[in-house]
Amino acid sequence: MAVKLLLEKAHVEGIRTYDVYRREGGYRAVEKALKSMSPEAIVEEVKKSGLRGRGGAGFPTGMKWSFIAKPEGVPRHLVCNADESEPGTFKDRYLMEFIPHLLIEGLIISSFALGSNATYIYIRGEYAWIPDILEQAIAEAKANGWLGKNILGTGFDCEIYVQRGAGAYICGEETALIESLEGKRGNPRIKPPFPAVKGVWDRPTVVNNVETLAAVVPIINLTGEEYAKIGVGRSTGTKLISACGNINKPGVYEIDMTISVEEFIYSDEYCGGIANGKRLKACIPGGSSVPILPANLLFKTAKGETRYMNYESLSDGGFATGSMMGSGGFIVLDEDQCVVKHTYTLARFYRHESCGQCSPCREGTGWMEKILKNIDTGKGKMSDIDLLWDIQRKIEGNTICPLGDAAAWPVAAAIRHFRDEFEWHVLNPEESQVRNFGLAHYADAREVVA
Amino acid sequence: MVIHIDNKEYNIKSGKNLLEACLSVGLDLPYFCWHPAMGSVGACRQCAVKVYKDENDTKGRLVMSCMEGVKDGLYLSIEDKTAKEFREQVIEWLMTNHPHDCPVCDEGGACHLQDMTVMTGHDYRRFKYKKRTYTNQYLGPLIHHEMNRCIQCYRCVRYYRDYAGGDDLNVFAAHNHVYFGREKDGVLQSPFSGNLSEVCPTGVFTDKTLKEHYTRKWDLTMSPSVCNHCSVGCNTIAAERYGELRCILNRYNGDVNGYFLCDRGRFGYEFVNSENRIKRVIIRNRAGEASTEEELMQHLQPLVSMSKIIGIGSPRASLESNFALMQLVGKQNFYQGISEDEAHLNRVCIDVLQSGSVHSASLKEIEQADAVLVVGEDIWNTAPMMALAVRQAVVKTAGAEASQHVQIPVWLDSAIKELAQEDKGFLAVLNVSASPLDELATHAWHATPDDLSRAAFAIAAYLQPGKLQADNFSEELTNQAKAIGEALKQAKNPVIITGVSSYNDNVIKAAFDIAASLNTAGRKTGMACVMTECNSMGLALMDAPAFNHAMDSVRPNGHATAVILENDLYRHLTPNLVDNFLNKCDHIIVLDSLHNSTTEKASVLLPAATFAEGDGTLVNNEGRAQRFFQVIPNADTQVKESWQWLWKMQMLRSQKVNGHVLHPDELLQKMETDMPQFKGITSVSPGHDYTIHGERIPREPHRYSGRTAIQANKNVSEPKPFYDGDSPLSFTMEGFKGVPPSWAVPFFWAPGWNSVQSVAKYQDEPNGSLKGGNPGVRLLQDKKKENADLFFKDVPEQFVITKDKWLLLPKFHVLGSGELSGYTKALEVLSPELFAIISPKSAEALNVKEGDMLQLTDAGIAYGSLPVKVLDNMCDGVVFVNAGSRGTVGMNWGTRINLAKVN
Repeated sequence: MAVKLLLEKAHVEGIRTYDVYRREGGYRAVEKALKSMSPEAIVEEVKKSGLRGRGGAGFPTGMKWSFIAKPEGVPRHLVCNADESEPGTFKDRYLMEFIPHLLIEGLIISSFALGSNATYIYIRGEYAWIPDILEQAIAEAKANGWLGKNILGTGFDCEIYVQRGAGAYICGEETALIESLEGKRGNPRIKPPFPAVKGVWDRPTVVNNVETLAAVVPIINLTGEEYAKIGVGRSTGTKLISACGNINKPGVYEIDMTISVEEFIYSDEYCGGIANGKRLKACIPGGSSVPILPANLLFKTAKGETRYMNYESLSDGGFATGSMMGSGGFIVLDEDQCVVKHTYTLARFYRHESCGQCSPCREGTGWMEKILKNIDTGKGKMSDIDLLWDIQRKIEGNTICPLGDAAAWPVAAAIRHFRDEFEWHVLNPEESQVRNFGLAHYADAREVVA
Repeated sequence: MVIHIDNKEYNIKSGKNLLEACLSVGLDLPYFCWHPAMGSVGACRQCAVKVYKDENDTKGRLVMSCMEGVKDGLYLSIEDKTAKEFREQVIEWLMTNHPHDCPVCDEGGACHLQDMTVMTGHDYRRFKYKKRTYTNQYLGPLIHHEMNRCIQCYRCVRYYRDYAGGDDLNVFAAHNHVYFGREKDGVLQSPFSGNLSEVCPTGVFTDKTLKEHYTRKWDLTMSPSVCNHCSVGCNTIAAERYGELRCILNRYNGDVNGYFLCDRGRFGYEFVNSENRIKRVIIRNRAGEASTEEELMQHLQPLVSMSKIIGIGSPRASLESNFALMQLVGKQNFYQGISEDEAHLNRVCIDVLQSGSVHSASLKEIEQADAVLVVGEDIWNTAPMMALAVRQAVVKTAGAEASQHVQIPVWLDSAIKELAQEDKGFLAVLNVSASPLDELATHAWHATPDDLSRAAFAIAAYLQPGKLQADNFSEELTNQAKAIGEALKQAKNPVIITGVSSYNDNVIKAAFDIAASLNTAGRKTGMACVMTECNSMGLALMDAPAFNHAMDSVRPNGHATAVILENDLYRHLTPNLVDNFLNKCDHIIVLDSLHNSTTEKASVLLPAATFAEGDGTLVNNEGRAQRFFQVIPNADTQVKESWQWLWKMQMLRSQKVNGHVLHPDELLQKMETDMPQFKGITSVSPGHDYTIHGERIPREPHRYSGRTAIQANKNVSEPKPFYDGDSPLSFTMEGFKGVPPSWAVPFFWAPGWNSVQSVAKYQDEPNGSLKGGNPGVRLLQDKKKENADLFFKDVPEQFVITKDKWLLLPKFHVLGSGELSGYTKALEVLSPELFAIISPKSAEALNVKEGDMLQLTDAGIAYGSLPVKVLDNMCDGVVFVNAGSRGTVGMNWGTRINLAKVN
């Protein structure tokens, strides 16, 4: 049984309420942090823990916190990024829905560490029922003296506000989120200035993911050193994985990053194997924008080593033969799935979510969608595959924000690993409309091993 | 510093971005979203180049050149294969949805998108799908909207909202369906909307008035011109085809208007083509018209030979014409065709600007000011481009301030905008009523002109305590003066703006006292005085008495002839005054271009050239003399420049017939000799015989077409081009090729750059001076700085509001005020009706409400009655009447009149 730090109490009856959460040991970390630690010590503790941003990029949280500018007389802000919009990712929703006080607790400690007296939770518009849960939790915390003026007699004031987004994926990008929070059109900003220097309303701002901020609670409870012992290498602590697709047990799992990908898919503790006895075709391990991996590269790296569910191992081999941990949106495709259609679906999503600010993303995503639709519906040409490759290559790295990359990578990886499937669609326009390409030579990795 | 571009060394000014650096050394690099006046946002990704770590780095990295600053010793490549391919790809992306409608697009042939597409080499289309389409909007009578052509560079909203402060144009929707327009159809509210047609790199926003009589840019005959519609003197390009003025384009002048024009300036040209034009000589009270010039001269001979001949000069006629009139009638008989009050105010302006204690600020200097005070002049409506400059001063000061704290270059617009947020530089506006400028102001205060001057004197008193004679200022005034005075003291380049439209000389004097007090070591203080017409300053500099004195000089039956130059006296003066004068004169010779109340009284009416048919010099409010050049050939008509007519009359009067053809440069030379205040006027542009290597400067681009067909309905032979003997510009496409001297730029064009963006090739650097210096000569020289002391020390008494006497002031309108611009139908539609405008409290005192009629009378003069309009944010005790629009008459502005409700 793996270590559980975040979801351990998630299924305790009534844990959503303050009383139960408190009874189960909640808010101990706030007491400890506010009463016995200085803000600097908390930042130091988070640095020691090796905690990395759980939103997707995996940037060390402690380091991000230490960048925040502290000009005299200027308020600072902590913003919780709850705009979880990456297709395949639903871990933050789970956390906020079932154990909201954990996030509130993490927010109070982090606000104290960063000196934020007004902290915001920016939540995606589609999570329509969650703000009520969060606001209820905030009200309870405030009623019990964990929020408001002079918390625990420390002289520290803190309020948490929940702000709903209007349903734009781009508002998960931290600078677009800030624009949206300020009431503006959610277009990403050009950096510098970085949010840590000039963020919300021109004030130093830290934007962190829900899971990241929740993880601060166990770090304080355990100490950073102890937290860092969980996991492996630079992948410390536990990680929430939202698993979906053709598996027997879709859901949110907390893993300690030492288990292998194979175990994660096939173990009954986690995904419980491929649904309906089908064979595994491919997997997107970190949310829709990370490269898709065919089965043969999923369990073993190109070098033949076992692939583990952690930051380093998942990205082993770079984009040529590896992928990314990303946001932990683990999507499994079985042999009946069509990679072309799948890629088209993603391209359609990214086209729709492009903010329209810079040319490569705005025009490139639309074009890729059209080409993929043609290939998928049997109207494609061989040259379309090369054209797709050319377009994605020129989008990548040349846009203002990472949405361009996010749109380019799935297309690139699909062509890189499944070019024959694309070609088959082009060469068999009619057949491709009635049956799937199947596994072809990408045999289920388990069969290869067998 | 030295940077290496494609292995060549270039010397570059520091603080620039790479795109500016490449353009300033004359290299071609395509771009869309960057604009020299608006900076970089990195949206279009078109200007990508390769930058290398050092000379050994062969891999390099692709960067957007507009987003990276120059560093000493930097290596970059424009020609790098990856960079070139990427730039071509960006164009291909943009062209996926851009329609192939160039042949029917207004922008075709002068389109930045066309130029950039050719520049990148993109020629083959891989996009095989349907293009996205949009619904266009009605944006009013000035701007045409064609959204399908949009390439989403965001320049329009950045210009309209951030630069010009408009809020009714925005970006809507997202992804590859973003939309630039209004929330719903309707007239664009900004008076600077016309610039959208030049800011847009393709044909989304185009000039709707040009569309009415469309001509391709390459088929236009173009001349350097100067705007006629206010005293700022923006530089324009006037463009003609088939004898009709087609459009006005911006002519870059780094010291004056930069890249932009206001809508009155851009669209107010249609009076030139008006049906109301005077095209033939009219001799009244005589059987038969004068069909030949001989006949006319015979008729004129006795008129101009009268012993008493009086010349009435004009604030909208050129210096040449005014001077020719002075030559004809003699200095002692030359009068300014404006009221005594206005002449006095103009004189005060000149006196203070020439005192040596302040510097007359150019528009560029206002734009760069770090604190601005406006006193008693509604510049939004009387000098729109100056208001736009003030906006830049306020916004850029905040940006510059913000950029100092973080290492962000000022051209990085998006970041600077985020940093500055709502911060503004210092602006105080003390005016009779509110204007959109107030939104930017740190202090906005509304009072009567007397009280405004008291407020300004209070500031001067704060800056130099104990120097004023009657400084019994209220606590409110003292506190306000302290706040404003302190902010001005903090500034390094403050500018004080005032003007004549408050009809109160104390306002100007007090503004001067502030400026002079600030003009101390370590601080460069500018002052600007707004006047009413395009050559008000020039006329005022001639130092002639005002119109009233002309009246006194004529005795009844004194056998006098009046020569009235390009001036509808009824607009400047009260009707009874003008009638009195005209009745006293035996003969009235009027020279003008359009029929008006004064021309009706003419016994001889001579068709005068407009700015489009003649050459001349105007002096703007800065004291900058600028030349405009003829663009419509008038060989077949009787239309002549006024100075030509007046010269002919002078020949008649002096009975000299020597056949000499007068050139305008001779007039200017004589003027410079006779009147030392015009020293330098001859160096505005060289004489008519100037050539470059023996070649004249063509007004037509070398692609001008249809020359042989223009008159084919009459004669198939190619007509001889009209010969312009007055200037070094020719009415042909042949002649000097290349960048002409800055005073003689008829159009902007460079190989590969057919759009207005080609201006970069005419400048030292983007946003800098034109090559060889910006055109125009400042007549008001800065003298040696003397010890600043308060100049005017008499503070007027506080204004006392009485129920029976109301202060009458003119209310100008940014689009509607303009005798000539009112002939543009589009502007006429947008100009306000005539109202008597009063404050809510005044309305209460008069017991009237909006829509009631008010009778306006002034010691014997009945001005008739006007409907009431109640305006919030204006001071009490004042009645405004809309001024300057067509159909308005001169009033005794600045006097106190009676108001009575009409039952």
